[in-house]
Amino acid sequence: MSTAKQVDPAAAAELFIIHDQIHEPMHDRFLWATMQRRHAEAAAVPEWEELREIASKIKEHTLTHLDHYLEEFEANATKRGAHVHWAVDAADHNQIVYSILQDHGVTDLIKSKSMLQEECQMTPFLQQRGIKVIESDLGERIQQLDGQPPSHIVFPCIHKTREDVAQLFARTIGTDPNNEDPHFLTEEMRNNARPRFLAAGAGMTGGNFAIAETGTFMVCTNEGNADIGAAVPPLHIASVGIEKMIPRVEDMGVFLRLLARSAEGAPLTQYSSHFTGPRKGGELHIVLVDNGRSRRLGMPEFWHSLKCIRCGACMNTCPVYRRSGGLAYGATYSGPIGVILDPTFDEFKYSELPFHSSLCGSCSEVCPVKIDISDQILKWRRVMAGKGYLPLAKKLSFAVAGHVFAHPEEYHVVEQAAEPAMSYAPHFLLFNRTLNPWVRDRELPQPAKKSFREWYLANRSKHGNVQQ
Amino acid sequence: MEMFNSSRETILNSIRSNLPKVEVGHPGIRVFQAPAGSPKATFEQRLKEAGGVAHEVRSSAEAESKLILLHPDAKVICSAVPEIAGTRRVEKVRDPHDLADVDVGVVRAQFGVAESGAVWLTQEDLVVDALGFLSQHLVVLLDPRQIVPEMHAAYRRVRLHETAFGCFMMGPSATADVEATLVHGAQGARSLNLFFLQEPKATP
Repeated sequence: MSTAKQVDPAAAAELFIIHDQIHEPMHDRFLWATMQRRHAEAAAVPEWEELREIASKIKEHTLTHLDHYLEEFEANATKRGAHVHWAVDAADHNQIVYSILQDHGVTDLIKSKSMLQEECQMTPFLQQRGIKVIESDLGERIQQLDGQPPSHIVFPCIHKTREDVAQLFARTIGTDPNNEDPHFLTEEMRNNARPRFLAAGAGMTGGNFAIAETGTFMVCTNEGNADIGAAVPPLHIASVGIEKMIPRVEDMGVFLRLLARSAEGAPLTQYSSHFTGPRKGGELHIVLVDNGRSRRLGMPEFWHSLKCIRCGACMNTCPVYRRSGGLAYGATYSGPIGVILDPTFDEFKYSELPFHSSLCGSCSEVCPVKIDISDQILKWRRVMAGKGYLPLAKKLSFAVAGHVFAHPEEYHVVEQAAEPAMSYAPHFLLFNRTLNPWVRDRELPQPAKKSFREWYLANRSKHGNVQQ
Repeated sequence: MEMFNSSRETILNSIRSNLPKVEVGHPGIRVFQAPAGSPKATFEQRLKEAGGVAHEVRSSAEAESKLILLHPDAKVICSAVPEIAGTRRVEKVRDPHDLADVDVGVVRAQFGVAESGAVWLTQEDLVVDALGFLSQHLVVLLDPRQIVPEMHAAYRRVRLHETAFGCFMMGPSATADVEATLVHGAQGARSLNLFFLQEPKATP
């Protein structure tokens, strides 16, 4: 069992919701608007559902032949002049990156956004060893200046208002605290970042996809920051998770048609860049990282989560995520995909996450690679229950529920008893906002006059074979 | 080296012992019907949505004057195309840092993609990759006959085994990181003007 403290997403979400009347409604509104754009773009592609199915199958095919495709990728990338490294875990990854930087005498590093580097906690590791690490994506840089991790895998500071950013920039880079115009703030950061790109001894990127056939990896951004980092400093280091493999160049068409439409409701990101070996006059290192992925491959109920292409659609559509804010999950990955990924890193620490879901199933419906996210959330609940990781309140009610569901005759009794009980119990007992912060802003549904069973027996039983 | 090799074997062995016990074949990708309508019109519409602007240009002289009209204050115009001379030839640039002062970069894209308004640019087109990203503004030439309908066709035309760098570039740099407000010119080019100009025939 891990020694880390359990994260408590419900309590953290409460803080986000009660903080003021501005942040949480804004967060909800922005992400829902993104979802509306996603729906419009998806609807405009007649073969959308077929593309999702193909993408899912390509990923399943690749993952079930992952050793083969990794070796093919390594051989082709090496042939093109890239240096390929293998990292078993986060510590291995960070040490490899540090060694490369040391070999080249690099003290200033400019990096684009990489969830994998977040997962490895690379920046603090390098900073402790005297390397200056600057995030170049605007949202990531804002989070870095604020000492926070990204709250969303695509929109790192979506939980912040323009006032928050103006105050932060005033404090950290000396801009006018009263100028909250996003154009002004973006321009200030452009001018702040430019000299850092030119001074950096190395640029780092992640990798959205890696193509075995050619030894290519590709990076998607809207700002072009990854491209500057790759094109200007003499050294480019990319961190690529082993699950990012796809077999052939032509497969990319399927994934790029899905990725940005799902992520932000645009046909592509502004830049979709393909790196095959070092650029003219440059040096390229690719670090292939496992960090628990190969073990996840061996989990029959959960290996499908490795298909994820990190679009964030499951987060944008999730009613729980939109109202909680990503930081509430206390983990690298938040939202529905985080709920099923994070426990594979630390079951105890993230044991509460599978309960931070309404199981509405919308995440599974929008996932571009058809990961059964909501089913996996339910399965993780069973894992947590089996390990005894349930918090006390849930343990008690689940124990009762478990007994009742195992004895159908009692279920009818309980069901019939519950309706009048709910009708007469004082509202504050059923809906105690002090004891249960999660329901602070929710209303209980009205109990039905009849139970489903009563209704079914009265209206439908002649058509079926339900026994009384 | 040995240390890296041992990590490599550890990972590959772990994968092999954990491979799911199901056989999933590659599904193949059928040819999808191209969307109705003119690819060029769709391309222009999508480019506009991405923050770029398309212009019809009939000659290199017109391209030169259009560029000056769009960027009257430009001091450094770095060109990678024969049609526009510019004030600096990118072929003469040795170090990407020397492009830090470029006001306008000029390149020719190999082809465009109608469904997104993106153009395909490679290291050979940019000559120095950084031209596409350090330039404050970009002017991209595109032969209007070189527009493919969608990304499947686009990936049949990229030749990744022949170039170290290739990019689908869809309009100028953009961000919506501050309150989901769209701003162009986050880190890369502030603007992207696309000139439809046929490629001159290669001399035999």
